[in-house]
Amino acid sequence: MSVEIPYITEPRPDTGLTLAKLGVWLFLASEVMLFGAFFSSYVVLRAGNTWQDFAFGPAPVVQDAESDEGDEWAEEEAASDETEDADEHAGHDHSAHDASAHAADNAGSGHDDHADLHSPLQTAIPMATFNTIVLITSSVTVVLAYASLLLNNLGRFRFYFGLTIALAFVFLGVKYVEYTSKFAHGYFPATSPLLALYFTMTFLHVLHVIGGIVVLAYLVGPGTKMWKTNPAQFTGRIEAVGLYWHFVDLVWIFLFPVLYLL
Amino acid sequence: MSHDHSPEAVKKEVRVYLGVFGALLVGTIVTVLASYLKVSTALGIFIALVIATVKGSLVACFFMHLRSEKIMILAFLLLMLVFFVVLMILPIGMQMDTFTDNISP
Repeated sequence: MSVEIPYITEPRPDTGLTLAKLGVWLFLASEVMLFGAFFSSYVVLRAGNTWQDFAFGPAPVVQDAESDEGDEWAEEEAASDETEDADEHAGHDHSAHDASAHAADNAGSGHDDHADLHSPLQTAIPMATFNTIVLITSSVTVVLAYASLLLNNLGRFRFYFGLTIALAFVFLGVKYVEYTSKFAHGYFPATSPLLALYFTMTFLHVLHVIGGIVVLAYLVGPGTKMWKTNPAQFTGRIEAVGLYWHFVDLVWIFLFPVLYLL
Repeated sequence: MSHDHSPEAVKKEVRVYLGVFGALLVGTIVTVLASYLKVSTALGIFIALVIATVKGSLVACFFMHLRSEKIMILAFLLLMLVFFVVLMILPIGMQMDTFTDNISP
């Protein structure tokens, strides 16, 4: 005996939505709050501070606005904001650290007048830009796959979905190179709070990409059997996973400038 | 996608997707170029977020079909937006608040 679940292919009359679509959108709304918490934390840490403020850990906490320590840190920050002088920071209190050596490398690479010269993520900008283009392209291939199903072209759907999975693996490969490069330069989550957030946010995003690959692979593989028995439900599934994949792209669209370019 | 799934409507929609794809690529280039502007960190964050918001809106409206989505989805997202804004503003507001710094123990 089988129980037929209602509103899988036909929308509910009151909402005008299938259960799958409503469920996916609610899931994505919760995901926005998950990533939003990390974005909020990052903006709080990043605003008013430069990467070098966190080179050896958190910036000194101003216990008392009247104290000498607090004034010293405030003056230091003001000097940082006003002059934006890279060399001054390179010879600062963390000159022996790898971060400084890496910053010096950056200084010679034509970014001398950038506001935040010591960002250890600046060298990853080309890779991150490439990954942005890869994810945007994968978003297009997913929506083209969905359109192919609406045109009853399963072969083209398979091609576009396969291309999406390939692009997802390209993204992961570039991410692997980026992470190993960071580790090789001595940048770990424990290096600074900003790097901890960078690794947390990007790896959380990577986990979403991996989850997406699993679902995409199932739907382009064994899951395709449903196309013969219930094409409307299969198309609904593709639309749902497409929404998820676009969300993964959407998160990266915000992660890219916030983490790498600022 | 609009609820018209006729082959003509789908093919027309595909052309829109490709146009959005081009706009997103241009937006990515503009984002990278804008990062080289000599501006303060706060202004830099603002510019980057404006461009990212435009790109994100394109993805949401066209690829995720929000422009033709049911009112219930939009209502859920509006509710989410309210909570998201609170989530972003609360900690930033707490950091900018200097009232507690001036309270002597």
